Amino acid sequence: MSASSIAHAIVDGILTGGVYALMAAGLTLIFGVMDIINIAQGALVVLGAYMSYVLSAHLGIDLFLGLIITIPAFFVLGVAIEWSFMRRLREQDRVAMSILVTYAVAIIIEGILSVIFGVNVLQLHASYVDSTFHLLGFYLPYIYVFGFVLALVLLAALYYVLYRTHFGRGVRGSLQNRTAAELIGVNVDRVRMVSVGIGVAVTAAGGMVFGATNAFTPSSGYDLISRLLSIVILAGLGSIGGALVAALFMVTLEDVVAVVWSPVWATLVYYASLIVVLSFRPNGLFGTAAVRAQ
Amino acid sequence: MSARAPVRALLVVLGIVILGVFPLVFSNPTTTSIAFFTVVFMVCASAWNMFAGSSGYIALGHAVYFGCGAYALTLLANHLGFAAGWGVFALVPVAGIVAGLIAIPTGLIALRARRHTFVVITIAFMFIFQLAAFNLGFTGGSSGLQPPTPLWSVKTYNDNFYYVIALVLLATVALSWLVRRSRFGLQLLAIRDDEERARGLGVRVGRVKLTAFILSAIPVGMAGGVYAYFLGQIFPQFAFDPLFDLSIALMAFLGGLGTVAGPLLGALVLESLQQYFTVQYGASQAYLIIYGALFLVVVLLLPRGVIPSVEELISRWRSRSGAPEPEPGETGRTGGGVVEAGAR
Amino acid sequence: MSALIEAESVSKAFGGLQALSDCSLSVAKGSIAGLIGPNGSGKTTLFNVMTGYDRCSSGEVRFDGQSITRSTPERVFALGVGRTFQITRLFFRLTVLENMLVATQRHEGWTRSVARRAGSAAERARALELLDFVGLSRLARSPAGNLSYGQRKLLELASLLVADPAVLLLDEPTAGVNPTLIKQLTERIRELNRAGKTFLVVEHNMEFVMGLCHEVTVLHQGRALKSGTPEQVRADPAVLDAYLGGADDDNE
Repeated sequence: MSASSIAHAIVDGILTGGVYALMAAGLTLIFGVMDIINIAQGALVVLGAYMSYVLSAHLGIDLFLGLIITIPAFFVLGVAIEWSFMRRLREQDRVAMSILVTYAVAIIIEGILSVIFGVNVLQLHASYVDSTFHLLGFYLPYIYVFGFVLALVLLAALYYVLYRTHFGRGVRGSLQNRTAAELIGVNVDRVRMVSVGIGVAVTAAGGMVFGATNAFTPSSGYDLISRLLSIVILAGLGSIGGALVAALFMVTLEDVVAVVWSPVWATLVYYASLIVVLSFRPNGLFGTAAVRAQ
Repeated sequence: MSARAPVRALLVVLGIVILGVFPLVFSNPTTTSIAFFTVVFMVCASAWNMFAGSSGYIALGHAVYFGCGAYALTLLANHLGFAAGWGVFALVPVAGIVAGLIAIPTGLIALRARRHTFVVITIAFMFIFQLAAFNLGFTGGSSGLQPPTPLWSVKTYNDNFYYVIALVLLATVALSWLVRRSRFGLQLLAIRDDEERARGLGVRVGRVKLTAFILSAIPVGMAGGVYAYFLGQIFPQFAFDPLFDLSIALMAFLGGLGTVAGPLLGALVLESLQQYFTVQYGASQAYLIIYGALFLVVVLLLPRGVIPSVEELISRWRSRSGAPEPEPGETGRTGGGVVEAGAR
Repeated sequence: MSALIEAESVSKAFGGLQALSDCSLSVAKGSIAGLIGPNGSGKTTLFNVMTGYDRCSSGEVRFDGQSITRSTPERVFALGVGRTFQITRLFFRLTVLENMLVATQRHEGWTRSVARRAGSAAERARALELLDFVGLSRLARSPAGNLSYGQRKLLELASLLVADPAVLLLDEPTAGVNPTLIKQLTERIRELNRAGKTFLVVEHNMEFVMGLCHEVTVLHQGRALKSGTPEQVRADPAVLDAYLGGADDDNE
């Protein structure tokens, strides 16, 4: 291995890491507001990739332009999932049930995609996906940069909504104390519904960039969800800024390990670091001490 | 409760009889192979439930123990030079023990974490083992391994495997029933409801959880061993399959978490349905939709799973037609218990 | 009378908040002790430290002369210290009787518990007897989640008695309980005390504390402000200050 191949791995890792942060943002937001681990997040990313595929390959709509359609559609989907399943979970076995319910949603999505598209490998195409630019002696597709910028823009927007708006105060309020939030006039049910909508909507964009930078099949969601879970757990569940840092760190680490050790063992860094970190810091690297009672 | 005891005994006997005579009545190899896979999942769902259903810790990594059982049996059979035939079945308990041993360190690490984090760590372990199976030399990588294949006729083949896994099932259910009625089982249920308070009542939660975790891994490992031997080949993605983790959880939930009969019923319905679909419509992924949708419908209509919901209906119907519900009040104290209550 | 359970110069901070500072409390064997103080004065934290749920940063907790400062809740309970919680905690999906049986493993090894049935005939009989003692025996087979608030408090107390602890720490036993039940609860505590049980009770209900306790300790800003008989405590001006003066009182 050479220093330049490591440098390349780092650049690649940072650019890809932004996209992982975008995909993880929905997961961590939904966890923060609903106290639910959305196992369907991986399947939703894949669904986003397929929707972008349909729009670009069949209707000729540009990948980024297509987000104007897929993001609102995903928002509605998120609202529908929250309304029909998540809010119906009972408090006493919420953790267990939410995992199973969202897992069921994931396999339904996988089933529908398999029936419609078959199990063949697909990838999104566009001029900026197939053409490359020159950096540090390496050629990278433009989509990596575009995707990274999109991720930063959307994460910044999400951050703005959560920390600078009235709605965001409601979200954070109901996150900390539901009863208190209700007392000061926050409609917690609506806040939760909209939050899940936003979390899923952001995922549409993550899915598009994922589909443009990776080959995917209907079952790609499983591999993805385990990485995304590692990222949000390391970040401390519910922390969006933490998710960005953790995603950049993990993906870069994975790429570097692939270069210096072996590509086949690279994904091990996710699980190994997850287990190591949680053994010493049960709340994640950036997690506050907000341990919920069960 | 006491009135139902004969009914329950009758159901148990009936279940064992059906399990025993099934291949005699339905001897079509397609049917017996569906029956074999169904019983494999009945074992796994029942064993998973012994830990996860009782303690409320939703483990999504039991494929680790299934896969380790599968690889353990295959590797041992190949390296110890077992001839294909009945002899290999002697390795089934060994596969269970290997799975149990692997459950010790993995359980110790995963059980340090609570609820959400626990789930994620178990998933992480699943992927670590899958990755290892793909990349370690002795596992044969992605081309997998082949255990010896017995040269039985199709019918004998299916029947023999069916009866072996049926025995494993009987042992698993017996264990599950013993755990459910033991004080250890009660402690698990207490942990599910309020772990902190259970500690305050002297329950040594760490030991209780780990013991249950190990106990639940053993039958899963045995099932994995039988499964590998039956298929005659084993690949990483089938031995360590995330869908396996979900399936057994859904089965246990569908029937009723924390009950003995629930996971059996759930596995019976879901696995035979899936196998039937595969046979009928080929390798279509459409069953995934039905599978998931069925589960969501049950969540909405019977949030506690089929068996507890039915039991509740029956008891409600009984109390309406029979004796009135005891009045929720502070009556009923007969006095005299005071002195004993305080004295040692 | 010797102290059965005592905390000596215990300190505990959560982040920047000093919940307990150099706080001492001693409960004499066979007595009913009360612990009162304004909200946030550290009562529940002291309970948590004394029962192994929280570790104190300095100081010592002793039970029957033996240090339990670094013990886990399991171990503290096994020694004979039972506690209830401010917000009643039960195993809501278990039946009332099952709730009573959870604590019965105190006298046996853990390996035996795997093989043995939950609740021998004798243990069940004992559990029913104790349920009778608190007036809940008719509800033995209903899920604990169906009980009224007051009944839950009684069940929580009764489920500790199964293990026959020497000392019982009750955190706000009368909060949200109707007057009839409070009377019943007072009676039960007195009867148990007469039979040899020691009590430490955290309460806001002054009438209850003053009528029941032999000795009362007032906690204020994480310190034991005053200990004495109910009359002495009631008459102490510093105590009145602590309750009426509020947080900006700088009498320390």
